[in-house]
Amino acid sequence: MHIYDALDAQEDITHILVRHEQGAAHAADGYARTSGKPGVVLVTSGPGITNAVTGIATANMDSIPMVVISGQVPSPLIGNDAFQEVDAVGITRSCVKHNFLIKDISEVAITVKKAFHIATTGRPGPVVIDIPKDVTINQMELEEYPETIKMRSYKPTTKASNRQIKKAAELIANSQRPILYSGGGSVIGNASKELREFTRLLGFPITQTLMGLGAYPGTDELSIGMLGMHGTYEANMAMHGSDCVVAIGARFDDRITGNLEKFCPSAKFIHIDIDPSQISKNVVADIPIVGQTKQVLQALIEELKDAKLADISKWWSQINTWRGVDSLAYKKKSGVIKPQTVIEMLYEVTKGEAIVTSDVGQHQMWAAQYYLFDEPRRWINSGGLGTMGFGLPAAMGAKIAMPDRDVVCVTGEGSIQMMLQELSTMLQYNTPVKIVNLNNRYLGMVRQWQEFFYEKRYAMSYMDALPDFVKLAESYGHLGILVENEKDLKPALIEALKQKDRTVFVDVITDQNENVFPMIPAGGAHCDMLLSGRDEMVSKDETDLNAV
Amino acid sequence: MRHIISVVIENETGALSRVSGLFSQRGFNIESLTVAQTNDPSLSRMTIVSTGNDRVLEQIVKQLNKLIEVVKVSDLTSQDHIERDLMLVKICPTKKDNFDLKQLVDVFSCKIVDVTDKTYTIEISGKTKKLNAFLDTFDPASVLEVSRTGVTGISRGKKLI
Repeated sequence: MHIYDALDAQEDITHILVRHEQGAAHAADGYARTSGKPGVVLVTSGPGITNAVTGIATANMDSIPMVVISGQVPSPLIGNDAFQEVDAVGITRSCVKHNFLIKDISEVAITVKKAFHIATTGRPGPVVIDIPKDVTINQMELEEYPETIKMRSYKPTTKASNRQIKKAAELIANSQRPILYSGGGSVIGNASKELREFTRLLGFPITQTLMGLGAYPGTDELSIGMLGMHGTYEANMAMHGSDCVVAIGARFDDRITGNLEKFCPSAKFIHIDIDPSQISKNVVADIPIVGQTKQVLQALIEELKDAKLADISKWWSQINTWRGVDSLAYKKKSGVIKPQTVIEMLYEVTKGEAIVTSDVGQHQMWAAQYYLFDEPRRWINSGGLGTMGFGLPAAMGAKIAMPDRDVVCVTGEGSIQMMLQELSTMLQYNTPVKIVNLNNRYLGMVRQWQEFFYEKRYAMSYMDALPDFVKLAESYGHLGILVENEKDLKPALIEALKQKDRTVFVDVITDQNENVFPMIPAGGAHCDMLLSGRDEMVSKDETDLNAV
Repeated sequence: MRHIISVVIENETGALSRVSGLFSQRGFNIESLTVAQTNDPSLSRMTIVSTGNDRVLEQIVKQLNKLIEVVKVSDLTSQDHIERDLMLVKICPTKKDNFDLKQLVDVFSCKIVDVTDKTYTIEISGKTKKLNAFLDTFDPASVLEVSRTGVTGISRGKKLI
């Protein structure tokens, strides 16, 4: 209460009163991802901080800078099971970069400084500051807010070792079948410019992870799409066949690698990451480089700019053959709207320039596959934790960060219902976003797995008793549009985007039976992909690779 | 393989739970863990005995280093080092223990620190194996109670952590 009282008496800090603390954390997260600046969350003790935990864990998994200030019961009551008391530091310990419990008012300034320093440097992440009520009541003479901070126990590496750079450059220059595999570290590390220069200097194929999309333009000739479980045929096949994988700010997550034993069987790995613990965690790196993606890429560009590179034209012709498979092709069906079409049309209507947030599930994959991002910080989604409910509050945060840009939340009828209450906040603070709901009446990704791996037993994945989303949006003071026929889709999206000052909920009734392809089934290798319209596994022909 | 890891960490409340939480969260095992303040009261030193292959150990060291309050981490097993475990054991010799306790105490260079009409309390320190060997000399029924500190260690020579 004292913090709120102080907030009310100043004008430097803008406060958004959300409807649920999870929404607060996701909104701050969306703001941070879009702007690159840390998001700040203020919650009360007990249920306030426990509600925020999902949002904190989401930010932690995706390395998003965030500072969360939680109220705590007065110090003398800590440990007494007081009203609205939880052990905030204990509960959040495993899902934050660091956390603090302030015990005395004299620690406030230094702790806040430390929190922002830790949240924003090295590999970014959320930091929680727990403040007991009595600390906020006390008064003291205001000291200078510390300009800089030195911590003997926290000195993140920034500059990579020259020796490693030289070794990596040599391997890169001599590789016959190279591939660049870029992740969230290229976005968070603001290394997009360097990544473009590096990729174009080498002329190498580049694939990006779900978290990395946009750091390198998705429409560029050298871009071969996303990789992993729902990656493109050419990206996964190129990973499988590569002799040199350059991982840039990516962490070889299980959704990327599939079966580790069959992952990139003939590759040597160069792994660039700011966090040493990511290197050789899942895949042993031949040349580990600890450092910021931006600086490491600059050093590699410097080292390689006059180097003689191996001829990789045969590798490119092989990749282009794989491209010819056209793995994102899908068959339209009359009478139903294909979800892929919705994303393609959204791309067309927004000219590929919107900030797109998403929830989690099939719609997330389709958005990642069919909306080609040409700039970083335009694709905002929960990649690591996979948090349904993320999209709407994240869109609100993104709109606050970039009020002049179109912000679109691509969601599904399952995810959107997890954070609906924020529609109210969005009206109060006038953050007009466009919600595109791919409504297939199923928890689609669950349904897809049940179809493939559980003999079509669709246990608890059907969404019955759905609300009328149009009326729902209207009851929150927004605009709702229902789209049931494909011919109405484009006009609806155009209309929604025309409404610059209003939040518009476009409820699109889509094909219930559509699946996300390509797909690597669990335990499969990158060459074991299921493709749309073909039920059989597409197996790689080893001889193709040997020919390169 | 067994490793002895030394960790120097800021002497703050909750430091121990950060370390033990990390081990349980990531599925690393702890055979023993000791912790106390160092000569610098602002720092604590922990000695953790864990098992795992080289990749697991590499992750343990990296993850420990990632904790904001950790100042230094060192794998003592990879260098020339001294390790000690301290044990207090309360025994009541049975007829099966047909040896002279005084002699045994000499062989293991330990001390009898408390005696009653029925029990002896012995203090012994050394490597874990020595302590185990000492316990093995008794009939299990005669060992009433054991309290061990777990391993603590330091590198040999001039080298510091």
